[in-house]
Amino acid sequence: MTSLLIKNGFVFDPLNGVKGEKMDIAIENGKIVEKINEREAKIIDASGMIVMPGGVDIHSHIAGAKVNSGRLLRPEDHFKDVEPKTPITRSGVGYSIPSTFTTGYRYARMGYTTVMDPAMPPLKARHTHEEFNDTPIIDKAAYPLLGDCWFVLEYLKKNRIEECAAYVAWMLKATKGYAIKIVNPGGLEAWGFGRNVRNIDDPVPNFGITPREIIRGLCKVNKLLNLPHTIHVHTNNLGKPGNYINTLETMRCVEDLVENGKPAIHITHCQFSAFAGDDWRTFDSGAEAIAKYVNAHSHVTLDMGQIIFTETTTMTADGPFQFILYELSGNKWVNSDVETETSAGIVPFQYKRKSFVHAMQWSIAMELALLIQDPWKIFLTTDHPNAGPFTHYPRVISWLISRKAREKILERINRKAQRKSLVPTIDREYSLYEIAVITRAGQSKALGLKNKGHLGVGADADIAIYNLNPETLDLAQKPKTVRKAFERAAYTIKDGNITVKNGEVVSTPSGRTFWVNVEAPQAEIEISKKLQQKFGEYYTVKYENYPVPEHYLAIPASINVKAEVQ
Amino acid sequence: MRVVSNVTCPVCGSLCDDIELIVENNHVTKVRNACAVGEAKFLAFADPKHRRVKPLIRKNGELVEASLDEAIRRTAKILAEASYPLLYGWSCTSTEAIRVGLELAEEVGGVADNTSTVCHGPSILSIQNVGFSSCTLGQIRHRADLVIYWGCNPWSAHPRHLERYTTFTEGRFQKSIWIRYLTKLRALIGKKKAQRAAELASPRKEVISKPERTFSLPPTLTAKQRKMIVVDVRKTRSAEIADYFLQVKPNMDYELLQALRMLVFDRELDLDEVAGIPIELLEEVTDVMVGCRFGILFFGLGLTMSSAKVRNIDAGISLVRDLNKKTKFTIMPMRGHFNVTGANVAFTWQTGYPYAVDFSQGFPQYNPGETSAVDILARGDSDAALIVASDPVAHFPKRAVKNLVENPLIVIDPQVTPTSLMADIVIPSAFVGIEAEGTAYRMDRVPLPLKKVVEPPATCLPDEVILQRILKEVRKLKGGKAA
Ligand code: SF4
Ligand SMILES: [Zn+2]
Repeated sequence: MTSLLIKNGFVFDPLNGVKGEKMDIAIENGKIVEKINEREAKIIDASGMIVMPGGVDIHSHIAGAKVNSGRLLRPEDHFKDVEPKTPITRSGVGYSIPSTFTTGYRYARMGYTTVMDPAMPPLKARHTHEEFNDTPIIDKAAYPLLGDCWFVLEYLKKNRIEECAAYVAWMLKATKGYAIKIVNPGGLEAWGFGRNVRNIDDPVPNFGITPREIIRGLCKVNKLLNLPHTIHVHTNNLGKPGNYINTLETMRCVEDLVENGKPAIHITHCQFSAFAGDDWRTFDSGAEAIAKYVNAHSHVTLDMGQIIFTETTTMTADGPFQFILYELSGNKWVNSDVETETSAGIVPFQYKRKSFVHAMQWSIAMELALLIQDPWKIFLTTDHPNAGPFTHYPRVISWLISRKAREKILERINRKAQRKSLVPTIDREYSLYEIAVITRAGQSKALGLKNKGHLGVGADADIAIYNLNPETLDLAQKPKTVRKAFERAAYTIKDGNITVKNGEVVSTPSGRTFWVNVEAPQAEIEISKKLQQKFGEYYTVKYENYPVPEHYLAIPASINVKAEVQ
Repeated sequence: MRVVSNVTCPVCGSLCDDIELIVENNHVTKVRNACAVGEAKFLAFADPKHRRVKPLIRKNGELVEASLDEAIRRTAKILAEASYPLLYGWSCTSTEAIRVGLELAEEVGGVADNTSTVCHGPSILSIQNVGFSSCTLGQIRHRADLVIYWGCNPWSAHPRHLERYTTFTEGRFQKSIWIRYLTKLRALIGKKKAQRAAELASPRKEVISKPERTFSLPPTLTAKQRKMIVVDVRKTRSAEIADYFLQVKPNMDYELLQALRMLVFDRELDLDEVAGIPIELLEEVTDVMVGCRFGILFFGLGLTMSSAKVRNIDAGISLVRDLNKKTKFTIMPMRGHFNVTGANVAFTWQTGYPYAVDFSQGFPQYNPGETSAVDILARGDSDAALIVASDPVAHFPKRAVKNLVENPLIVIDPQVTPTSLMADIVIPSAFVGIEAEGTAYRMDRVPLPLKKVVEPPATCLPDEVILQRILKEVRKLKGGKAA
């Protein structure tokens, strides 16, 4: 079927300024169109329901080497959560690190249609793409980890921004990547010898460059290349008391590079980087200071990294941070360093209501979301699976929409955290419009995905319909109803296909893999000549075998941009 | 004549990707850069002695040639009708084929298991118990000043491991005078070859004096260069070039590892020796381990298959983990078949589990010891088997083999093996990495492309394609959705 008409829903389409008006959405050949012949279209009656663009997730670890090591490490995580095969779907397992098919289905069930994996080790890019090919329904993309690549460190050390830009363009092409990911800049290189950097101005051992210089350098590169997203930064010192100061410094360090107030940096899973206090005993929230800064500046976007009280699996490229987490928790630990590029660590973890620190972390993420006024600057994530599995997003939505829901959580958390938390003092309750911003419109805007996150003519027909009636229901009083509605979309439409109906998967088309193709031919040729010379020295694989060819992607979708380097 | 460079060698887990092949008339005639094992594979894979190119079906006790269509139809019928089929092998094919194999196993409600079940299975169980600290091989080249090989002999099993990734390499932070030594050695060998060639060419067979030079290591080598420790039950070639060789008594690896763990934490050991090794030597080795900048412990089947198995690896991983409190230390299993790692990787992303995956309940279940191939066969539970690129008849215990061959047995393999000789249906396939492309994972889980350098015989399709056709046929039989 090629045309669809969604009738009478309450439409929330923030990018087009639609705030819950009752209207029809017409779809033809996978795109949203002005009008269709009603008699030939399949009609979806959405009366009494809300209609939003398909959900967009800017940061969720769903595929690749690290995620898969997490799956391998944790059979006990899978035993209790299985997905049986159906005539339409493949079988799989959850819980915190679902198998690939299950990942696709579970996102689709929640009305999500685009998900970004934020940590692809370039050398293992093929692995990420192989898993993407087995992750159905949703569109995907991956951010290569570039903040500790030797080539980057060396170019930036010599202040060769243009060459660095050409290199990054080459890397995006080679890895079929989407954005520049920076994790604990310099710290991962130091971790190669079991060390770390202490703050944004602590020089990287053996390289004589500071994290500040890496962040600024790559921010300039990002601009030169006109990349659709900003640099995507996991700060230094993540997960350590007092780190909010370093986070403020990180946001400040690119202030002078901002043009026309456009975003220049994304601080990811900000909760983990908004810790105050000197140690775990005096641990406190730094959210207020960060929110204040973000409210006063336009060049920053954040995502929450909301804690969920559950057992999950932490996994980041931040090797030294994961080691600390292993020492703190005593849980089993995986470390996986990647030559010339990056590292990774995995530790199973349980967030407990009664733990002072964990309860504070819950509060910090809530404070960030509630104190930052502009929803276009902060996005809903749990840094899946680090702060909790993505399947808990509907719960987070219910907390944001309902003070009552937050109070219920607060009642049950650690006493000391209860007293310290700012959450009880905040009345703000998100509207559905704001929810649509932080779960799709804002994220797609920050990602520069022109055809996603909105329902304007020409957009991809990725649509979520939830069984919630804002006219008859006082949402703030019914958080559980809200959660249930967002957990099981009434319909999820992907490229014009109905993929989910009443929370059940009914069809499983493959999704695209986006990658950014920077056009800078001359610079690229020159850089590849230089790379070729050094490559054998730096890597144990051949230069020719490193790039992932486009045909490797099940449905490649390149986003072409013109760079300012020639 | 055609030169194909940067070919990945589809033989061992080192997955060297710098092989250069000369191809003439669809034959590989010359191999550069590979070790003897790799070279032999490229030159001799098509040898008709080890290969049949037509599908075979057993009729009245005899394997007779059949069409591919018939072989596939029959295979599909057997699998679709079986109540608990076993789909085993997977370590010598591409991840692309493995993905289809898993879908097939799920479709027929069978068990998918790969060869790690009989090699590094204990290592995997151990990782699931305690985790592990690892890295890619380049990290070792650049950083490791201490390399330990425990229960493995890279010199013969992974011949280029030392020269490409560890002891003989040079990296950013780890210079090597081995390099110079090796270059000299190569030059000498080259000279010898040239001499021999000259001898052969010269009409008068003059005796050219050949000074028999044995190379002893330069004394500085042992001083501050990258150190190498070998732990094994016997003195192997690898042990001969090591700085320390610890000859552990058979089946006493666990005791030795635990002793080292004690010593790492500065505990006194009131013993003269452990596992046959004097305590003074152990203390010295411990100092080397604690004192290094970056250490790596490679372990092989000598450790996983000696008596304590999982406990051994637990202890090994724990030793490495403990060492991380003092310095940087990593550990890695030496994987044998070129894509056994890829089998674990693909199994895991599709099902959550690395091997021994049972789909009989409609979802993946994992319980090695129960859902693993050998155990299923030993219990006599399976009623049909599909073997892909593997030879269980030669490697499984007798009781398991008996059950395997008593039930319908289908083999997809490019070469003739003891298993294929016992099969009821044989579908010869293209050699992946030579006649078909795909992806394989190196022992450090770095994915590499496998190349197609020559055309396969017309009747030999890639594993992936054969499996897809079987799957399609199975679905037709079951009347479910078409593939
Ligand atoms: S070491 Fe292994 S992969 Fe490398 S050439 Fe020899 S057999 Fe092939
Ligand atoms: Zn993350």
